[in-house]
Amino acid sequence: MTDILNALVVFANFVLVPGASYGAQLALGALGITLVYAVLRFSNFAHGDTMAFGAMVTVLATWALQGVGVSIAPLPTALLALPAGIVATAAFVLATDRLVYRFHRRQHSQPVIFVIVSVGVMFVMNGVVRFIIGPDDQSFADGARFLVTAGDFKRMTGLAEGLAIKASTLLTLVVAVVVVIALFWFLQKTRTGKAMRAYSDNEDLALLSGVDPDRVVMIAWLLVAALATIAGTLYGLDKTFKPFTYFQLILPMFAAAIVGGIGSPVGAIVGGFVIAYSEVTVTYAYKRVLGHLLPDSLAPDSLVQLLGTEYKFAVSFVILVVVLLVRPTGILRGKVI
Amino acid sequence: MSPTWRGPILFAVMAAVLTGVGMTQSWSVALGIVNLCLISSIMALGVNIQWGYAGLFNVGTVGFAAVGGVAAVLVSAQPVREAWATGGAGLFLAFLAVAATVVAILLIRARIGRGRKRNLAVAAAALIGYFLARLAFDPAVDRIEAIDPALSGYLGGLGLPIVLAWPIGGLMAAGVAWLIGKVALGLRSDYLAIATLGISEIIVFIAKNEDWLTRGVKNVTGLPRPVPYEIDLQQADWFVARAASFGLDPMEASSIFVKLAYAGLFAVVLLALLWLSERALNSPWGRMMRAIRDNEEAAEAMGKDVTRRRLHAFVIGSAVCGIGGAMLTTLDGQFTPGTYNPLRFTFLIWVMVIVGGSGNNWGSVLGGFLIWFVWVEAEPVGRWLMDVLTSGMGEDNALRTHLLDSAAYMRMVLMGLILLLALRFSPKGLLPEKMRIGHRA
Repeated sequence: MTDILNALVVFANFVLVPGASYGAQLALGALGITLVYAVLRFSNFAHGDTMAFGAMVTVLATWALQGVGVSIAPLPTALLALPAGIVATAAFVLATDRLVYRFHRRQHSQPVIFVIVSVGVMFVMNGVVRFIIGPDDQSFADGARFLVTAGDFKRMTGLAEGLAIKASTLLTLVVAVVVVIALFWFLQKTRTGKAMRAYSDNEDLALLSGVDPDRVVMIAWLLVAALATIAGTLYGLDKTFKPFTYFQLILPMFAAAIVGGIGSPVGAIVGGFVIAYSEVTVTYAYKRVLGHLLPDSLAPDSLVQLLGTEYKFAVSFVILVVVLLVRPTGILRGKVI
Repeated sequence: MSPTWRGPILFAVMAAVLTGVGMTQSWSVALGIVNLCLISSIMALGVNIQWGYAGLFNVGTVGFAAVGGVAAVLVSAQPVREAWATGGAGLFLAFLAVAATVVAILLIRARIGRGRKRNLAVAAAALIGYFLARLAFDPAVDRIEAIDPALSGYLGGLGLPIVLAWPIGGLMAAGVAWLIGKVALGLRSDYLAIATLGISEIIVFIAKNEDWLTRGVKNVTGLPRPVPYEIDLQQADWFVARAASFGLDPMEASSIFVKLAYAGLFAVVLLALLWLSERALNSPWGRMMRAIRDNEEAAEAMGKDVTRRRLHAFVIGSAVCGIGGAMLTTLDGQFTPGTYNPLRFTFLIWVMVIVGGSGNNWGSVLGGFLIWFVWVEAEPVGRWLMDVLTSGMGEDNALRTHLLDSAAYMRMVLMGLILLLALRFSPKGLLPEKMRIGHRA
């Protein structure tokens, strides 16, 4: 019995808990991608770098706050700095919309032109972020590190294996839930949210009923800026802030959005967790779990790892391809593409 | 400027600028830039075949360039016989397992009709095949990587002349492109973009991590050259005498000679590809590709197999990118997987195609030269600009040092701005696609 419990604890420690926070971060990122897709109708390649930009401003604001001694321990100071990041990112994306995307919207450029435009925006944001903060790892996490440490857990339960829960994991989940509830309340209940959904469903009909397209687009960018900044900051708090990793996140985030059904907010959340858990379970080495479950004579010598950790992006890609082949509209039937 | 003269004039300006670099800085620097311009132009030609002819959005150029680089290693590195002896059989068994799995999946697809049962059977076959392959593969890889890791730890290549890697790199890239195209070309353009982005990331990760094949981030150095070594030239009497007759120092002359030799080889490939691309564009095939690009429904109604034709353009364009990748590794003389950055090898090539003029092969070549030149020169110019702007500050001012250190990243911003401005103010590029009378207004 204790063997099974030990195996479960190891599994929870290395798969369930980290997967939950990674899934929440991917879900928030995929929500931003899905919103752009639903309202502006293109795949935004600049989303990863938007996250990096938002997180960067938050990091700078956090350092400033830490510098003057502000602290909300045990919570990380970054939470206080978050609004600054959101405001700066909102200003940046609204400016790009005004200077860049609006022109192509008026021209009725093809979706693929918008994608190329977003590549241009990605270049600019990428350069700006590296120009300001450099390409290296930056640390800005403070406050409590762990809710439960492995040692505490072992003492409390008497098991051989420990379960550690990082404070950032709980924070990620709580913030993600709050953000998602707020977003859904906004989309379902408010007049603006309903206008957005109408515009996304049928642009012509929405225009006919007096929906102001410029306003819808503006609100969508504001939401995207907020989501990207929050997701980027949570990812940075949980792992570390490094500009290049945000570019690499676009593949799993796109995979999450498409797996869930692009254009569907619920789908983005489901997709985020599907991708995160697939990546973690496939790249996790099961040696210790099996060591507890199997009799000693059968205990594995190798790591029992399905795929090296370096290939986790391959997992999201394979899932993406399988979904595209088997069910092109995603699990939750997003927009028909 | 009349359209007929636009191209020659712009190329002449480009040549003048490069000559200017040669006269003011050094000929060695100018030729170094020219060599990379030539390779960039080849990759831009490849992207143009996909985007300009067929409207396919491929953002996996970096992956195809890496495939070309791997080809250079496989073709020309010296074989590590010990590795073959201990690991060859295991790898062969793993290969057999993969081949058997593919056959099994094809059989399942032929025998069982569409539906859940078929999907489950395919998934089961793939899973079993994967484990069987790993069973043979893992121990073989461990043995290969254990052999003298500081120097080899990989299989090596065939020890053939590196120029052979160029066509082989093209063929390998074509194979990879065929696989992706089969899956993704029926879908909307955004999906193709995401699929190519994904596959290129995976290829680069394979190159970085499969040490038995590529030595990974330990890099394969000392690949053979298609041109003589500087040191040999400096010791050859005829060369020293010839350099003296031009009034050149043998050191500088040898460097210039080697770079010129590379430039000659690259130029031959570029001209051959350009000639073929022009022939293709002006053939019935090219007309059909443009028809599909401009109006898919109409082309389909005329009985054209749109997906199949797109696959052609995708495979051919990717092959050209693979050739460019193999040439790049040849020029470097080493394979360094860590340097395959998508911003540099995918998105920069895209800027070249858009700025040069998509759909126009000459435009892609011009874009390749121009954008590479700007990319190379942006860094020193940015640094100089920052130096001037911050010259009022103290020598060890923190802001000044930060700005000077970060100036290099301004070229990202610059490239993004060039792309955005081109799309807005000159979407047809510097050398617009030639419009044929009667086709489109």
